[in-house]
Formats: sequence, C-alpha cells, structure tokens
Amino acid sequence: MPRVSFTPNLERHVHCPTGEAAGQTVRAVLDAAFQANPAARGYVLDEHGELRKHVVVFVNGTPVRDRRQLSDRVAPSDEVYVYQALSGG
Amino acid sequence: MSDRLFVATEKGLFDLRREPGGPDWKIARVSFLGDDVSMVLPDRRDGTLYAGLALGHFGVKLRRSTDDGATWQDCGLPEYPPQTETELGEAVFKPGQTAAKLEYIWSLEAADPARPGSLWCGTLPGGLFRSDDAGTTWSLVRTLWDDPLRKKWFGGGMDRPGIHSICVDPRDCRHVTLGVSCGGVWVTRDAGETWQCKAQGMWAAYMPPEAKDDPNIQDPHRVVQCAGYPDAFWAQHHNGTFRSTDGSESWHDVGTPERPSSFGFAVAVHPHKADTAWFVPAVKDECRVPSEGRFVVTRTRDGGKSFEMLDKGLPAAAAYDVVFRHGLDIDETGDRLAMGSTTGGLWVSDDQGDHWQCVSEHLPQILCVRFG
Repeated sequence: MPRVSFTPNLERHVHCPTGEAAGQTVRAVLDAAFQANPAARGYVLDEHGELRKHVVVFVNGTPVRDRRQLSDRVAPSDEVYVYQALSGG
Repeated sequence: MSDRLFVATEKGLFDLRREPGGPDWKIARVSFLGDDVSMVLPDRRDGTLYAGLALGHFGVKLRRSTDDGATWQDCGLPEYPPQTETELGEAVFKPGQTAAKLEYIWSLEAADPARPGSLWCGTLPGGLFRSDDAGTTWSLVRTLWDDPLRKKWFGGGMDRPGIHSICVDPRDCRHVTLGVSCGGVWVTRDAGETWQCKAQGMWAAYMPPEAKDDPNIQDPHRVVQCAGYPDAFWAQHHNGTFRSTDGSESWHDVGTPERPSSFGFAVAVHPHKADTAWFVPAVKDECRVPSEGRFVVTRTRDGGKSFEMLDKGLPAAAAYDVVFRHGLDIDETGDRLAMGSTTGGLWVSDDQGDHWQCVSEHLPQILCVRFG
C-alpha cells in the first residue's frame, strides 16, 4: 500500500501523521488519507478538490503533473510526499 | 473608552490591553505568530473572537475563540461553488483565471445584533457569505454572486475584486451596505434577497471619460457608516473622498481642501457626529507614501468643507507609513482612535486625534485594528 507523508510544517496547524493509504492515483491515495484525517484536507486541497497553489505533491521524487484531477498513477510500493512549495514564501 | 485593542498583522494577531486610567498599552497575547491575519472580529454579542488567516501554503482559514483568545478552533470556510465554462468566460478576471476559489477574508461583521453567531463575511474574489452558526457553515449569497453586474467587478489593489466593507444598519440589520474594490457600493434592504449598486456621484480618474461615472467600476477603498446617523456614510475612494447623507442614494466628492492628498485607504467616522471623520492621506496612485514623508491624519468636523492636519505624537519627519483600509478604528465613545501602519507603527489617540501616543514602532505590517 502506498505510504503518505506530510511536511512537518503542517503540524503547527493540524496533526498529519505518516501512514499508508490505499489507491492507484494520487486522488485516491489522498482521499483515503483524508478519510482517516478529515481536518487535514482543507490544508492541502481547495474547495474544488485541487491542490492548493503553494502545496506540491511528489510521487517518489517526481512532482505530480495533474494538480487538478490528481490523476497521476501511484503504485503500491510508492511514497507520496505532501510538501509546501517554496513559491508560497 | 475601550481599553482593549486587537491588531491583525502579517505575522500574527496582537491582543493589547490598557489598564483603566493607566498610560500604557501592553501586548497581552500574541496568537498565530508568523501567520498572515487578514481580519479580526471581536464579537461584542457573545464575546467570541474570530480571525481570518491567509496561510501562505495551506490556504485561507477562519478561526474562532470562545475563551477570549486562549485557544482557537478552525471554523468552516466560505466555499465558492464549481463554475461552468460559460461562467468563467463571463468573469472579468485576469487571463488564465480558473474557477473562483476563496482567496482572502477581507471583512467580517456581526449580521444581526439579536442573534449571536450570525455573521457576514466579505472575501476575494468577490463573494459575500453568510453564517448563522458562528462560522461553522457558510452560504454564498447567490443573489449578489449571480448578478450580471457583479461579474463585471475587477481587482483594485488586489488581483481579484473583493468586499472589504460591510455596514449593517443599526436601525434594521436587513439593510446592509457593502464597499467593493472594484465594484462600487452595493446595498440590500432585505437581508440579501435583492441588491442595488449605489455609487451614484462617485467618479473614477482611472477610467476613460465614457466610463468614469459608472457606479459599478468605482473603487471605494473603505466605506464607513455613522452609527448615530446611519444615513451618513463616508468613503475613502481611490481618487477622492466621498460622502453620502442619504443612505448612499447619492455621493458627493468633498474635494481636497487643506489636505496634502485625497488619496488614501482608511476612514473612520465619529459614532455620534456624522460630520466628523478621519483620514490618512498618501500620494496617489501606486506611490502610496505620505506626501513629502510627512505622516499626518486629517480630520473634518464640518462634513468635509474643511480639514485639520493632525500630527502631534506622530513621526516628525521622513516617515513612510501608510495606513491600510482596516488600519484605523474608533471606539464607541468617539474619542479614542487607533491606527496601525504598513511599517508596523501603532498609535492611539484619546482626544479625537489631537494627540497620538506611539504604542509600538516595531510590529509587523498592520492590516487591521479593532477595539474590543
């Protein structure tokens, strides 16, 4: 099952433990992660379900290309990283 | 006079208090240190505190405290609905704009004095929201959002249009007046069921002659209403100071008598004397510094026929402080004023601006000051 981790800077606002979340796309993996931790959802995704402008998600070392639909594929052995982009200051 | 002052800054919310009768204001608490706090509402109906945050990475948040600021909880958020391609095509946003999303909480006001928890929230990119459960849930005011004229709003100061002023009539809370940059002044008399743009008399120096009088393109930087004479409004506009004495049915330009400039952002009106108002002038348009580096407050006591320049206690020379639209507040007595600047200066006056006391010269950039 893919493993999901969050920037430690989120901890100041909402608890986001590293964990495993099932899914074959970034959308499915994040949905699973936020089902277990709904308070974190609005910090990563906006009201339309898109990645916030200054949040970046990597699958292993590669930033996701589809920031709206989050359709990038995720394999069971992949690591999904939710980071903050430097563009946000 | 109010002995408590909330100061929302780019790096946190400062809660200042003054011992009754004592000379000094002290920082009693700092909340959200490091976070951009765009708006604060100390709600006198039930003591709840609300703070709008603009987190650089993690989006806009609204927090509330029911223990006087000791702890804060996330509220629900105003959310923009999905938009069709047609709707996107109609919007006068900058090229590349996608669906409207909550970008900034620019105004928060108590909606109904008899119903604690009822709130209005003005946002960028132009949505007005209503909550009746202390911010737990919000509804977009569709009557305004769907108005064809609303779709013509454009950004003023910010990239997107926004509602920065919400004036709830003390005689009838169903009567609400909004200030919009850029979209003029909008009025409902039925709690948001219907709206009218009411900026007749304002004019815009930044538009072609054919469009300069259009009410819907006006940029009132801040609109305030006199509590004791609610038909009286003042607006600090992008290119002038305007006044209405008929409930914003009409506005007139008071001109620039005895003032360094008619440009500025902030305005405060005396709660009982509609002819008395304060402004903080700056050099237009994008320059936005005090004229010749002289930081002053101007006051009129005669409805804008004349102005006094007030500078006792303010920096003597070479000051480049600008006061943003929510950076000037007056307490309910009408004697005490607070003013916070872009360069972190905070001043209080206990005599209607005749003398100012510097509380701090070193706060972060100040976005909003409000007496508690």
